[in-house]
Amino acid sequence: MDVGDLSLPSAILVEGVQIVLALLAAPILSGWIGFCRSVLSNRSPAGILQPWRDLVRLFRKETIVPEGTSFLFRVVPFLVFAALLSCVLFVPALVTDPPLAPVADAVVLVGLFSLARMLMAFGAMDAGTPFGDLGGRREMMVGFLAEPATLMILFTASLWSRSTALPAILHSLLGASAPFHPSLLFALLAFILVLLAENGRLPIDNPSTHLELTMIHEAMLLEYSGPLLAMMEWGSQIKLLLYLLIGTDFFFPAGLPASLSPGSLGAGLLFLSAKLLVAGAGIALIETLFAKLRIFRVPEFTALAYLLATMGFLIHFVLEV
Amino acid sequence: MSPPLPAHPFANDLVQFLGSALLMSAFAMLALRRMTSLVRIFALQGVLLTLSTLAVAILSAETHLLFSAIFTFAFKVVLLPAILFRLLNRLRIQGEVEVLVNVPSTMVLGLAIAVFSFTLAGPISELASTVSKGLIGVGLASLLLSFLMMISRRKALTQVIGFLGMENALFFSAINATYGMPMVVELGVAFDVLVGTFVFGIFFFQIRETFESLDLKHMDTTSME
Repeated sequence: MDVGDLSLPSAILVEGVQIVLALLAAPILSGWIGFCRSVLSNRSPAGILQPWRDLVRLFRKETIVPEGTSFLFRVVPFLVFAALLSCVLFVPALVTDPPLAPVADAVVLVGLFSLARMLMAFGAMDAGTPFGDLGGRREMMVGFLAEPATLMILFTASLWSRSTALPAILHSLLGASAPFHPSLLFALLAFILVLLAENGRLPIDNPSTHLELTMIHEAMLLEYSGPLLAMMEWGSQIKLLLYLLIGTDFFFPAGLPASLSPGSLGAGLLFLSAKLLVAGAGIALIETLFAKLRIFRVPEFTALAYLLATMGFLIHFVLEV
Repeated sequence: MSPPLPAHPFANDLVQFLGSALLMSAFAMLALRRMTSLVRIFALQGVLLTLSTLAVAILSAETHLLFSAIFTFAFKVVLLPAILFRLLNRLRIQGEVEVLVNVPSTMVLGLAIAVFSFTLAGPISELASTVSKGLIGVGLASLLLSFLMMISRRKALTQVIGFLGMENALFFSAINATYGMPMVVELGVAFDVLVGTFVFGIFFFQIRETFESLDLKHMDTTSME
């Protein structure tokens, strides 16, 4: 099956469905992680829809822009949101070949993620408050340390297909005969570390902290309020969803629909939601078990991720060729 | 001895997968800082070793490897971790491992060691006639990584865990290079390691009594009087 040869209207339909689903599902996924965390730490959960309630409440508020900020401060939330949402177009989620996938490969995807991160840090520094500045700097540090590992993971996964295009990687993994890929075992562990680091999850950054001195992601959003804050939060939730989608594509590709018929699409959606729910519960479990690392331990964490990814790369040549 | 054909197309992949997991656990030992997690990783290595010995036994139809797997399980999954946990309790060792070289540099060094051993093992594995010959490099890398852990840590107990990790890697390489050593040798080595751990245990108490610490740097400065 090749979805790449779709007619224009159906291609637009496929991408439209993917975007709408990502927009709807990203806050629900965050809500699910929060739900699991509450259950695991013996608190009464707020419900899976809580992030949606927060977003709606924020969008209803008026926009307040701090004094002394430039236009950059107001533009950043839209740019960040747009950069992250455009990634949804390229990542295979419901079908193996999204019609726009040839436009961008995995390296472009990493570039878009760092563009979003850089813009977010600019927005935080633009307000000129110490905490925003500190958060922006820390976020850039974590990003700069995690990026080599991200790229190595992508390269390891692309060794099978000899191409960094996501659909090509996916096809080669789906078509591989062996169920065990030693190199992907390493890449998977590295990916989990990178996912936690890049999305501000617990060993690196506490997403629910109220202590400014330890914040990374939250510190960058301190000056934002109302709809602008909602855009930033929604963007981050989409980013987490994207990371989980890339993870399931690379490491658990089974269950992606082979055709565009409604039946197989429905089954694919069911498989995908199951995989995302399990992955979300896994993140909640990690966040419950581990305490936040000191900021100076972050290089150690990301060095481990880089090392595992590189080992996967080497192991491919030693064992799998 | 000509290699028998793999019993199942996935069996060879399984052995390779377990070998990579063993290498990964060697890296995990380098990266982890807590004593108890080190012992747990050591027990996990034992489980991986048992599974891969079993897989090679089934692949090669060598029955003595089955016994080997049972011994590995008894010694390296049950007995040695139990002794080590007991030692941790008795010595009241908690908290973090003290390192001589900081952890990120050790890990980058570990990566270099892995590349070195893969290159070194390349020509050797060409000569081997077993089913899973690519794994000789992996075994060598795990061996050298455990060695690196031994020399980059300060405390006596961490060094013993490094030593036991080395023995694991050696056993793994032996199984994959030659379908295991003769039973007598394997049993002898297993008992040696067991007795070694006992002796080390007694030694720890002696070291602590003499220097009031398990840090081996004190032993450098003792003069012979």
